[in-house]
Amino acid sequence: MRFDLEVIADWIPPGASVLDLGCGTGELLYYLKEHKQVRGTGIDFEEENISCCIAKGLSVLHGDINEEVEDYRDGAFDYVVVSRTLQQVYEPDKLIKTLLRIGGKVVVSFPNFSYWQCRLQLLLQGRAPSTKQLPYAWYNTPNIRVITISDFRRFVKKRGYTIIKEAAVNTNHEEMQGKTIRLLPNLRATYGIFLITGGRGGGEGK
Amino acid sequence: MMNTASVGKVETRFFHITEPLTLDSGAVLPGAVIAYETYGTLNPTRTNAILICHALSGDAHAAGFHEGAGKPGWWEIMIGPGKPIDTERYFVVCSNILGSCMGSSGPSSIDPETGKPYGLRFPVVTIGDMVKAQRRLVDFLGIPKLLAVIGGSIGGMQTLEWSIRYPGMMHAAVPLATAQRHSALAIAFNEVARQAIMADPNWKKGDYYNGPGPDLGLAVARMVGHITYLSDEAMRNKFGRRLQDKNDFSFNFEADFQVESYLRYQGGKFVRRFDANSFLYITKAADYFDLTVQHRGPDGANAFAKAKAKYFVVSFTSDWLYPTRKSKAMVKAMKKHGLDVTFCEIEAQCGHDAFLLPNPRLATLLQGFLDRVAGEFTR
Repeated sequence: MRFDLEVIADWIPPGASVLDLGCGTGELLYYLKEHKQVRGTGIDFEEENISCCIAKGLSVLHGDINEEVEDYRDGAFDYVVVSRTLQQVYEPDKLIKTLLRIGGKVVVSFPNFSYWQCRLQLLLQGRAPSTKQLPYAWYNTPNIRVITISDFRRFVKKRGYTIIKEAAVNTNHEEMQGKTIRLLPNLRATYGIFLITGGRGGGEGK
Repeated sequence: MMNTASVGKVETRFFHITEPLTLDSGAVLPGAVIAYETYGTLNPTRTNAILICHALSGDAHAAGFHEGAGKPGWWEIMIGPGKPIDTERYFVVCSNILGSCMGSSGPSSIDPETGKPYGLRFPVVTIGDMVKAQRRLVDFLGIPKLLAVIGGSIGGMQTLEWSIRYPGMMHAAVPLATAQRHSALAIAFNEVARQAIMADPNWKKGDYYNGPGPDLGLAVARMVGHITYLSDEAMRNKFGRRLQDKNDFSFNFEADFQVESYLRYQGGKFVRRFDANSFLYITKAADYFDLTVQHRGPDGANAFAKAKAKYFVVSFTSDWLYPTRKSKAMVKAMKKHGLDVTFCEIEAQCGHDAFLLPNPRLATLLQGFLDRVAGEFTR
């Protein structure tokens, strides 16, 4: 399994109910179902991905995550996972608020835009960064939100949410391997992963 | 590769409902006949039974071949050994709906009181009544709980109805290309079709069984239906403005265009196998169908509050009779009630008909879903 997904899987306790937004081919959900008896649901936009998930025996919904999440009752899931998807969301603030409504805890992971390679490209070449993790040009990237680990922490604080756990990782070899970064994560990590909860103020903070 | 294996020779059997059946209208049907077929074998634990619900003009003959027939059952592509609805694993049951004319009791059946065909004396039936009759059959076959109920279009309505009316009777439900309530658009097309039949002088208020039937009306009704089963795109691809067997207009009212010829052919073919009154009854049942009202709880609770099934909902992009938003509306209600639901909108150009046509995507999805629920159910 992809290294960052291993980190996420490790945070989810056995028997939990999990909603995975942008679940892709269902790699994480399948692992959680097989190894942790998790009751999982995935949402994805691609018909081909939906087909892969169903073949794996997963419950999945074909649709737009921003719309699909609105239908759930408060606290419908123990965990909601939004892995490597937030940077493609038009209204991340609104989405996270909804996720904290429908799930007790939310796992968010995103490519760290302040990774040193990105910084150098912008600083030395004066060009929009294009890396292994963000392999697009400005005109064709689906990643419309520029997020850094530091920015996300500030966002959580500003909204009055609580960070329960966080990990900064650096992945390599088709992302199947990697390591956790403890020193200067905002500079050295390719991905940030956070486990957050609504905490004080229920997210109404200004 | 298309799997060509078949369940082989099959025959339709008849189940006699002898206990009176109280209908949604309040009328009581003292007895009824239900035509059905089965494929495969019920396992010792009786956990492998799948009920197939057919659409408007379908019948109990879903797979295999009748003695001497060259054409297989209507869902041969989906049901058979090694196929998505695998008859080597599952015990498959398909019955003809109440009100139809393909072996089950309907307006063309003989009324035991008069010894003549019922005609309009046959009570109006609902989707719920069809399902009540199917339930009697399932009980008779000794199936305590179905692995799955599967159906498309009006068959999808029956599938939904099953899952709400008898929530403990199935593990999974697969409504395809359907809706939880008939739309004004769908009712409108049905009404045009019914008017075509009722305006035919041969219809005679449904009492035509001694003479010629309302064939022209029924053919027009079917033509209307076929327009709704296709899509704008499908028609453009299939016919465009191409002419049928000619290079120029006839300058009269023959079928100049291929699309005209196609509709006339479909209309004519339908008349040879279907009863006009049954068409009226079944379309009316579909129009009456509104799960959200018929099964609303006393406290206003949504119909799906009662449901327990694991759902697999499928829609097709070009289906404008039962468009994706109709499927999404039911998925939304299922999600709200914490039900386990899987939904896929399949890209398809052929309109509402898509669920009956060969479609590798649908086959794979159905196979995967059934595999999963079968694993859960026998565990």
